[in-house]
Amino acid sequence: MLRQAQHERVNEGFAVEARDLVKDFGETRAVDGVSLAVPQGAIYGLLGPNGAGKTTTLRCLLGIIDPSSGTRRVLGTDKPLQAAHHIGYLPEERGLYPSMHARDGIAFMGALRGLPLAEGRRRAETLLAAHGLRDWARKPIRTLSKGMAQTVQLLGTLVHKPRLIVLDEPFSGLDAINQGKLEALIREQAACGATIIFSTHVIAHAERLCERIAIIAQGKVAFEGSVDDARGKLQPIVRLRTRNADGPWRSVIPTGSQRGDGEFVFELPKGGPEPLLKALIDGGAGIEALSIERPGLHEAFVAIAGEAAAAAMGAPVGEAE
Amino acid sequence: MIPELLRAALVIARRDFTATVLSRAFIFFLIAPLFPILLGGVFGGIGARVAEQASRPVVAVAMSPAEYRSLSAVRDRLSRAIGEDKLVRFKYVERAGDDWRGQARRLLTEPDSNVRAVVYGWFGDPHILGDVRPDDAIVRQVGMMLDDAQMPPLGAPNLKIDRVEGSTANLSQKRALTGQLGQMLLFFLTLLLAGMLLSQVIEEKSNKIIEVIAAAVRIDAMFLGKLFAMLGSSLLGITVWVTAGALAIASLKSGGLAALPVPAVGWPVFLALGFLYFAMNYLLFGAVFLGIGAQASTAREVQTLSMPVTFAQVIIFGLASTAVGSPGSTEALAAAVFPLSSPLVMVAQAAEQPQLWPHLLALAWQALWVGLILWASARIFRRSVLKSGPQRKWWKLGRS
Repeated sequence: MLRQAQHERVNEGFAVEARDLVKDFGETRAVDGVSLAVPQGAIYGLLGPNGAGKTTTLRCLLGIIDPSSGTRRVLGTDKPLQAAHHIGYLPEERGLYPSMHARDGIAFMGALRGLPLAEGRRRAETLLAAHGLRDWARKPIRTLSKGMAQTVQLLGTLVHKPRLIVLDEPFSGLDAINQGKLEALIREQAACGATIIFSTHVIAHAERLCERIAIIAQGKVAFEGSVDDARGKLQPIVRLRTRNADGPWRSVIPTGSQRGDGEFVFELPKGGPEPLLKALIDGGAGIEALSIERPGLHEAFVAIAGEAAAAAMGAPVGEAE
Repeated sequence: MIPELLRAALVIARRDFTATVLSRAFIFFLIAPLFPILLGGVFGGIGARVAEQASRPVVAVAMSPAEYRSLSAVRDRLSRAIGEDKLVRFKYVERAGDDWRGQARRLLTEPDSNVRAVVYGWFGDPHILGDVRPDDAIVRQVGMMLDDAQMPPLGAPNLKIDRVEGSTANLSQKRALTGQLGQMLLFFLTLLLAGMLLSQVIEEKSNKIIEVIAAAVRIDAMFLGKLFAMLGSSLLGITVWVTAGALAIASLKSGGLAALPVPAVGWPVFLALGFLYFAMNYLLFGAVFLGIGAQASTAREVQTLSMPVTFAQVIIFGLASTAVGSPGSTEALAAAVFPLSSPLVMVAQAAEQPQLWPHLLALAWQALWVGLILWASARIFRRSVLKSGPQRKWWKLGRS
């Protein structure tokens, strides 16, 4: 009983939990034992290359499809459709009824999630006005530009004020300005207490927005944790320019790390910066310029996803090709 | 509080109903019955003229005026007894000269002549000339009329009429006719709507809205909503058609419904049951067609599916029609139990049998099958279109 109570208390902290999710399509395993936990109120990024299994994972979590095995828990229930009124979902493949008016399209999406139609229309008017689409509220969606239609669908995802917002590749197809607006909107929703999960293969968005991420590759979670943790998976990068071309100091520099312009670029040795600096100074390198850079999420992603892909193919990372 | 399934179904239904009824295509849907009526009118008129010319041949009578009058009098008497349209028509031709045969031959070969045969000579030695054989109706009719015309007139016996309303045989025959009419109406209405039902999910699939809906509501709620919407649209259409049809009948022909024999359960109950059975027939076929149509991704695939579906409907109609006229037979019972033919059989039974309890039972049975078919259709849709759940063979579907 005590263990059960403890387990439930732990669960209260997560909006979404998945354990060993597997999804097979015939002979193909699209999701292979995915486990993840999304804290309440977090902005959570699901990163992975195309075809990694992000969309299938999201569809399993939302109950659009049932997993072949494994468990999922969304807003406290293992039947996600029971929590549908508190979830907003923007699928990767956008879809709206072209003949519907923008306002009615948003209200319809809210009504699907339990929002009374009249209230949905009222909120739709407000939301459209707030996003510069007041004049388009009573116009058929087919007359809207692609960007406008995407905004309408996004507003339809949010109109019922969901506690959990799931966005599948929300930035795809948007120009830089609208990407910026969407980032602001995601932050705004998170500030209101909503939990947000979004999938992307564009790392910059995740780096700017996410507190936690999961990197999916080949249907498996290759990494789950904070962005800092992901970066921490890689050693910092040292960039070094010296006056002297040779000397005892070269023994601390990995071979093959010198680039064509004379700059040395290599991972910071395990001992950290102090032993390296000492060896360079004592060895007479004549340091001209030295920088130690934290790797970005992009580098971490490439390394982690590449590693997972290589592991799945049964080859060492360096031989992944 | 409305259960979530019904609430979600009504959201979908409202959207679909509005989209259907407010579309331009719905105007064509409303005027659709006019096309067969117009075509029927045009081709029926042509056909009637052709049939009249083919089945009511003109026979020229080249005899004395007195003989022609006698022959015509016999024909008139016969026509009052068996109907004008079943008898040959006569055309009097004055005899010219002595070559009666030559005159008759000329009459047959005159340009634009509609004369099939010529009767010439006199009552003592009549001849018929034309492309006719001894056993042709035209020859037998003329022979009989000549015989009758030559008989001395007798006072006709006064046939006394003792009328009894609705003998059992007569009443059940007429009620079977009402049942058959009800069955045909249901069948044709469902047939008209089959194509629309098959393509119901295409819009959602082609516009990718299916993903949004599937994430928000159960698939069976979507199917149910679509069925409700189509039922609403079709009932609206039918109301327009029936009103227009009733007005047309009332203005063209006296009697209308009153001219039909009263169904066994009475007109009000029969109409109410007719409405319920239409709804059930529609929901049953609709659930099947939605399930089948949902597998199709394109309009072309839907078109390919329509033909076998129409054949299946015709077969089921054939099965149901065997029950008319023999409500207690094994065939009738089997057709009443088979869910897809059940509404058609039971509407006919309402015309023939006065008991009401079988209808309550049948409606409950049909409603159960609507639910079962929707459930199965939704599961097949989730498995095959959304690729949801473990892969299973269709025959193991019920076990999960």
